[in-house]
Amino acid sequence: MDRIIEQIPRFFTADNMVLLLQSAGLTLAMTLVGCVIGFVLALVLVFLRQTPGKWAIPLRIICVTYVEVFRRIPFLVVIYLVLFFIQTVATNASLFTIAVISICIYAIAYTAEIIRGGLESVPTTQMEAARAMNFGRLRTMLTITLPQAWPIIIPPAIAFAVSFIKDTALVSQIGVFELTFRGKELNNQGYSGVLVFGTIALCYFLMSFPLSMLGQYLEKRLATPRGQRTSRKIRRT
Amino acid sequence: MPHLAVNELRARYGALDVLKGVSFSIEKGQVVALVGPSGSGKSTVLRTLVGLTPATGGNVMINDDRIDFASTASLRRARDQIAIVFQQYNLFQNMRIIDNVTVAPTKIKKRPKAEVRADAERLLAMVGLADKLQAFPDQLSGGQQQRVAIARALALHPEILLLDEVTSALDPELVNEVLDSIRQLAEDGMTMVLVSHEMAFVREIADQVVFMDGGVVVEHGPPAQLFDNPKTDRARNFFGKILRH
Amino acid sequence: MNYTFQYGVVWDNFGALMEGAWLTLQLGVFAFGGGLLIGLICASIKTYGPLPLRILVDSYVVFITNTPALIQIYFLYFGLPELGVRWSNEACVLIGLVLNAGAYLTMILRAGFLSVRKNEIEAGLTMGFSVVQQIRYIIVPHIAKSVYPALANFFIVVLVMGTSVGALIGVDELTGQAINLSSINYRWLEYFSVVAVLYVALTFVASIGLALLGRWAFRVKVRIF
Ligand SMILES: Nc1ncnc2c1ncn2[C@@H]1O[C@H](COP(=O)(O)OP(=O)(O)OP(=O)(O)O)[C@@H](O)[C@H]1O
Ligand SMILES: [Mg+2]
Repeated sequence: MDRIIEQIPRFFTADNMVLLLQSAGLTLAMTLVGCVIGFVLALVLVFLRQTPGKWAIPLRIICVTYVEVFRRIPFLVVIYLVLFFIQTVATNASLFTIAVISICIYAIAYTAEIIRGGLESVPTTQMEAARAMNFGRLRTMLTITLPQAWPIIIPPAIAFAVSFIKDTALVSQIGVFELTFRGKELNNQGYSGVLVFGTIALCYFLMSFPLSMLGQYLEKRLATPRGQRTSRKIRRT
Repeated sequence: MPHLAVNELRARYGALDVLKGVSFSIEKGQVVALVGPSGSGKSTVLRTLVGLTPATGGNVMINDDRIDFASTASLRRARDQIAIVFQQYNLFQNMRIIDNVTVAPTKIKKRPKAEVRADAERLLAMVGLADKLQAFPDQLSGGQQQRVAIARALALHPEILLLDEVTSALDPELVNEVLDSIRQLAEDGMTMVLVSHEMAFVREIADQVVFMDGGVVVEHGPPAQLFDNPKTDRARNFFGKILRH
Repeated sequence: MNYTFQYGVVWDNFGALMEGAWLTLQLGVFAFGGGLLIGLICASIKTYGPLPLRILVDSYVVFITNTPALIQIYFLYFGLPELGVRWSNEACVLIGLVLNAGAYLTMILRAGFLSVRKNEIEAGLTMGFSVVQQIRYIIVPHIAKSVYPALANFFIVVLVMGTSVGALIGVDELTGQAINLSSINYRWLEYFSVVAVLYVALTFVASIGLALLGRWAFRVKVRIF
């Protein structure tokens, strides 16, 4: 206990804080880049998954399997698979790239389900009207269904990304200089574990908590619609 | 050569046989009215013509060109010539009224923006909605949405127009407005298939009435013949009930 | 890419992997069970308890759910010994996971508690149920029905995401075994692809079991996929 208190002034130096700040930035950057790319690819996956017709059955099976499988494999295992797979094909890939690819692979599986749920909440008659006017499937999705599904898709997608900030802690294992890795490093340098990991936990908290509040706020904002939806309800009565 | 010929058309929803062989044909500029009890398959006929419900048998010809419902290209060609106004309007909820009307002509038919816009404004003025261009569909009443749907279909410059109970959601005064627009279209020589319960209107506008019940055409002919001298009991029964009031 | 896959060595050590899978399952079950206990207590406090306790529960939930489980476990493993508390790595993982699961399960169960409406309880009273009977026949079935799918889903999360964290402080669960074995002979891709398949199989069995349990015990339909 005394040792911890004695270490406090030595630990909270400007140098250490800058290091932590940089690592926190890296954590956020990885999550953001991975989840954004993952989200876009998830849109593609959902689009492919909805391909109609007999010939597309294998394609649909692949898409469903992808989502099911990657939701059942630990992120840590995905990281190792990506790391060693990439290293056999492209030996000079940076660890950051490997981390981002792992996050992507995971984010695709989770956000694809969110996107699918959102799209399915749009009445099919909207798609039928588009089809009757010769809209293609892609155009229908981009101009008709997705715009109507955003309020349902965005809040849980943000919630996923925010909660993934924490899961990126696992990429410390392959040596990316993110927050958790720094923590282990400082701990190895002899700083107290209570001090180091308490501070690191606080750093994660300071990133995760405000963002999750923001997500909840957005959810409420999107749930209270612009003038339109309320009037739809009134008319039905 | 008929403009549109429907021959032994069949369709089903899952295990439910909805159309069990429907035939009728229209010359260019003619108006055909589909009438019949609720659930008889009238909407399904229209949906099948634009390929929303797959046809399981029979054939449809437009200008002697057979629609191959299995071929995307053939369906596209058919949809290029046919426009449909749905019973439930189905306006795009995320688009303003003006965009609902202009989106397909500009994006799908690739017509010049300015021309389409002017056309759309003219059509919306025609249906009495010149002041609602910037509104969203659910800020409009049912009747107003119905009229937007008609303008949206007309903006496609179709050769054949399918109208599904376009007057059912309208106030009595509006019914006349919309019926006037349809009458005008008929005079201009548009080929139309309409589903309607307004027998007085049908009698006035239709060249031919097709009476459907249980997924088959029970009887068809000019309105006067069908309404005043139905040959079948089923038709007599139906029209007897409806025309009494 | 001129990598040749050699799965022979993986089959030679398959027994060790199965031991890891067994430990994973045990960790998952105990972490979930412990978490469920904490969750029940905390959700009850949140619903019926006095304000100071409610604030305490809220802080616990907010802090745990906004920090990584790995950091919580590192704190227990690397930090606590300085304060004179020394647990084995397995104990640290288990305690960390229990605390972690407890926070999430508090949220899930709290939502379930809120879903029992007052009038149902009143309906129970007018039908002459005793308090115990009420809990047994009305409240528990109702809550079970509304939260069971979320619980089943969360069990899979604990089983997969949760337990694998143990590997990072040397616990020989499935992922840990894979790391140990592959660092001996560098057959990383082979080991980890087999381990991935094992995780999928393990969670599928768990999902099916939970779906059957839900149907049998609470008459809830849970989707497996
Ligand atoms: N999407 C659907 N799925 C299953 N069955 C349907 C569907 N749409 C319509 N049906 C059934 O098909 C039959 C014909 O329906 P259709 O909508 O064509 O009738 P309609 O003649 O237009 O009736 P109405 O005058 O009430 O509009 C009905 O029995 C109906 O229940
Ligand atoms: Mg109908």
